[in-house]
Amino acid sequence: MTDILDIWSYLAEGQLLWLTLTLVAYLVGEGCFRLAGRKPFVNPVLIAMILLTVLLKVTDTAYSTYFEGAQFVHFMLGPATVALAVPLWSNWQKVKDAAVPMLAALLAGSFVAMASAVAIGAAFGLRGDVLLSLVPKSATSPVAIGVAEAIGGLPTLTVALVLITGVIGAVVTTPLLNAIGVRDYRARGFATGVAAHGIGTARAFQVQGTAGAFAGIGMVLNAILTALLAPIFVQLFM
Amino acid sequence: MILHFGLFLGFQLMGEAIARIFALRLPGPVIGMILLAVLLLTRPKIGTAIEKTATGFLSHLSLLYVPAGVGIVQYLDQVSEIGLPLAVALVGSTVLAIAAGALTFKYVNRLLGVADETPL
Repeated sequence: MTDILDIWSYLAEGQLLWLTLTLVAYLVGEGCFRLAGRKPFVNPVLIAMILLTVLLKVTDTAYSTYFEGAQFVHFMLGPATVALAVPLWSNWQKVKDAAVPMLAALLAGSFVAMASAVAIGAAFGLRGDVLLSLVPKSATSPVAIGVAEAIGGLPTLTVALVLITGVIGAVVTTPLLNAIGVRDYRARGFATGVAAHGIGTARAFQVQGTAGAFAGIGMVLNAILTALLAPIFVQLFM
Repeated sequence: MILHFGLFLGFQLMGEAIARIFALRLPGPVIGMILLAVLLLTRPKIGTAIEKTATGFLSHLSLLYVPAGVGIVQYLDQVSEIGLPLAVALVGSTVLAIAAGALTFKYVNRLLGVADETPL
């Protein structure tokens, strides 16, 4: 009879185990989210990330081995981004009606995201390429990587900053917007998408369809604006 | 369902191709999304057909960020010294950016004399 450790080491090298565990970890996260009465700080992505991180540490598995299996889930980000065209289309009338406040909110949200991250980072002693890596952190990760390369940041660090920004946004957005009295779902979703890209958008879809659609638009518009604005911002202010 | 999914992949592929051909800084999927939106606005029937698939797919958007999120472990070593200032900068700027965006939306709407929609 084969030893259980042999079976484990066989499976741990393959793709199936880590793909399955990614789905299981997410389902556990979802379950916690539901059990906790859909509280925003019980974020399914965050829970799944923590569970899998602990598991990789405990089993001494390399991230590259894990990603061999998990890449199938990761790959779906591309078609999912394309699929955001559908809520954009079905909310088109609302989008047209809100074009002016949306553009104003886009400029404000995008600029404040960059400027405040750099200002706070500099105040706490960050300098050079680390500080530059903060500039595109509100944009969706493929755009942020490109921008980080262009302005002299560290692309790998930027990916981590982008993801953490998304999780922070998803966790804080509901209590924050309640506290400052913004009730309009278009405004709530849009601002969340601009500041916290896809993870914020996923949170907005959990709350309400219109919020999700506007978050998706905010994410896409901020991806475009960050690609254009970040190099100019760095030249002017840094 | 497979056809719908093929449509998303096809538009992503087109987006990637256009990004390469014109050396655009935008990622392929974002270009694909813009192209698909244009198609749906001109051919609403296609939108109606794929709406259910897209909504189902997007309701699990969170899951798709998990693999990349787990990758943060890789940076933990380099981040340890600068972790605190980075954390403060990320929390602070995310809160400020969401607030700035949402309040701007709200007050510009008010300036235009449009009422808030769908209050809680």
